[in-house]
Amino acid sequence: MPAIVIMVLGLGAFYLGWRFYSKFLAEKVYKLDPDFVTPAYEFEDGTDFVPTNKHVLWGHHFTSVAGAAPIIGPAIAVFWGWLPALLWVVLGTIFFAGMHDFGTLWISNRHKARSMGLLSADVVSRRTRSLFMIVIFLLLLMVNGVFAIVIARLFVKFPGSVLPIWIEIPVAITVGYIIYRRKGKLLWPSIGALLTLYFFIWVGDKVPLALPKMLGGIPDVGWWVIILFAYTFIASRLPVWLLLQPRDFINSHELFVALGLLYIGILISNPHIAAPAFNHNAAAGGAPPLLPLLFITIACGAISGWHGLVSSGTTAKQLDNETHARAVGYLGAVGEGLLALGAILAVTAGLAATQSEWLGSVYTSWKAASGGAAGNFVNGLAHLITPLGIPHHLGAVFAAVVVVSFAGTTMDTGVRLQRYIVSEVGQIYNIKALRSPTLATLIAVGACLALVFGAHSPGGGVATGALVIWPLFGTTNQLLAALSMVVVVVYLRKLKRKTWPVLVPMVFLSIVTVWAMLANLGRWLFGDSPNYVLGVLGVIVLGATAWMILEAATAFAKGGAPVTEETSE
Amino acid sequence: MTDLFERMYRGWRSFNRWYDGMFFAPYRSAVARERRDREELFLLMCFSDLLGIPNPVSYYTLELLPTMLGRFHEWHKRQGIERSPLEGFR
Repeated sequence: MPAIVIMVLGLGAFYLGWRFYSKFLAEKVYKLDPDFVTPAYEFEDGTDFVPTNKHVLWGHHFTSVAGAAPIIGPAIAVFWGWLPALLWVVLGTIFFAGMHDFGTLWISNRHKARSMGLLSADVVSRRTRSLFMIVIFLLLLMVNGVFAIVIARLFVKFPGSVLPIWIEIPVAITVGYIIYRRKGKLLWPSIGALLTLYFFIWVGDKVPLALPKMLGGIPDVGWWVIILFAYTFIASRLPVWLLLQPRDFINSHELFVALGLLYIGILISNPHIAAPAFNHNAAAGGAPPLLPLLFITIACGAISGWHGLVSSGTTAKQLDNETHARAVGYLGAVGEGLLALGAILAVTAGLAATQSEWLGSVYTSWKAASGGAAGNFVNGLAHLITPLGIPHHLGAVFAAVVVVSFAGTTMDTGVRLQRYIVSEVGQIYNIKALRSPTLATLIAVGACLALVFGAHSPGGGVATGALVIWPLFGTTNQLLAALSMVVVVVYLRKLKRKTWPVLVPMVFLSIVTVWAMLANLGRWLFGDSPNYVLGVLGVIVLGATAWMILEAATAFAKGGAPVTEETSE
Repeated sequence: MTDLFERMYRGWRSFNRWYDGMFFAPYRSAVARERRDREELFLLMCFSDLLGIPNPVSYYTLELLPTMLGRFHEWHKRQGIERSPLEGFR
């Protein structure tokens, strides 16, 4: 089948979802009120609460939620066939992610822009706040662990990407310096930074940098992980204006450029999908059952709990008008769906010409699909943009830089957030030492390193870490999304509104995610080659979730006592 | 023709506003918080002598006091102290 057909169908479905379903949610479920005084106006302080232009806020929300995860998940899941992955990405974005991001933004807006953790304390019960914090900390731990290994493997597989990635750091610092210290204009330094980065992609392609295969008993991937966490330790302690903000901004340009090139490349080259619609030999290739694992393998790109954290607490504080929640929340999720759809097209149409070649030399086994997910996307994207005059080897470095940049910035943000949580625990329990930013950062980085080096598959070495952490990351992310939906459902019930548009996805997601978690726990704790690190983490996440669902069920049953709805009057 | 140029200019300006917003909006609060932390450290250094903390550079910071007075009052209010904690600073 031509990739253009799938692309057009996917884009068409997203459009219909936005045009009709988001309208239904806005009018019949969330009942957006244009006269509601948003927290951005009610508490306007020029710092946290600032009414922000709808388009700017959408861009902010989209670039905050989009990262490497909507690329890696679909790149693994196509091993079951392109059709299940495509259906979950498209339907997930329309009925799950769009509703979830929109709903969490709306409910936060109705509750003084509180974060989901605080909201759960208000709407469900006080205990749920601590449980939320535990789940969020573990999710961040897994995100950092997975992305460190993904970056390390890309550095080893595409050594041309090493130079541009490290060059991006002084380039970003220069942009931060020009804007904040020299009070310069933003546009030209940013364009200069992007051009410098692309120049070094060309240089990096000519001058690949690699570490020795083995040093002191640790493989090159392991050393890259150590170097990355040393960098993250320093980067997360720097002021945000100096590195994180300008680097994130340069990354957002890379994202738009890469997405544009990918879709234009497909339009021009018109490749055929080489992957099978259903891979009937997936089980023989070592794949776990599609049901329920598909729904946790693709988390970001179909639905992600991470988005609820961004929607509530951050985006909600800047909402200019409640009616903007539809465009910002729903279309933010659609943006990530576009990235996931692009990833599916890149790995199914950009890696091989025929099905036998695709199955025989690229997606040979589940292990190859999981371990090589980011690399497969990089090669697929590189192939699809060759008709634009970009040679494959250069395109591969370009695509690797895009993925690594995203993952790197997410690690920086993730370690910062973990540090805040550690400090908050220090404050709550009055442990002075934990309030030290240096110690809190050391604990965050140390926990991530312990996970990466402690959770690798038996006999596989650190390089296989991402492969084993990914399912736990997906499960935790989906459970977090289910928990956010629980809060929205309880609130809708208290308002005596329609609950099914949120309740049905919530129940479905809870069932498949708990099912997947139980299957994984069985393997990690009682399988032939147990992995107790992941097993214990999984038990904690599942326990916290079960507890929260019980609390929510109690609150739902007490739904007869409606809350006082904050209205425009 | 002038109309076209005017419209192009307006479009260019609104693009720049959007572009600036994309850069500043995501980190507005984090940057403001960092700026406030530095400001408070600076104020503490300037007024440390008056708070009983020896200041080796008070010879220089003393000169700043007249210009710092307004910011000092904002600072102690931020700390939850409604009235100036120092004698002579009202």
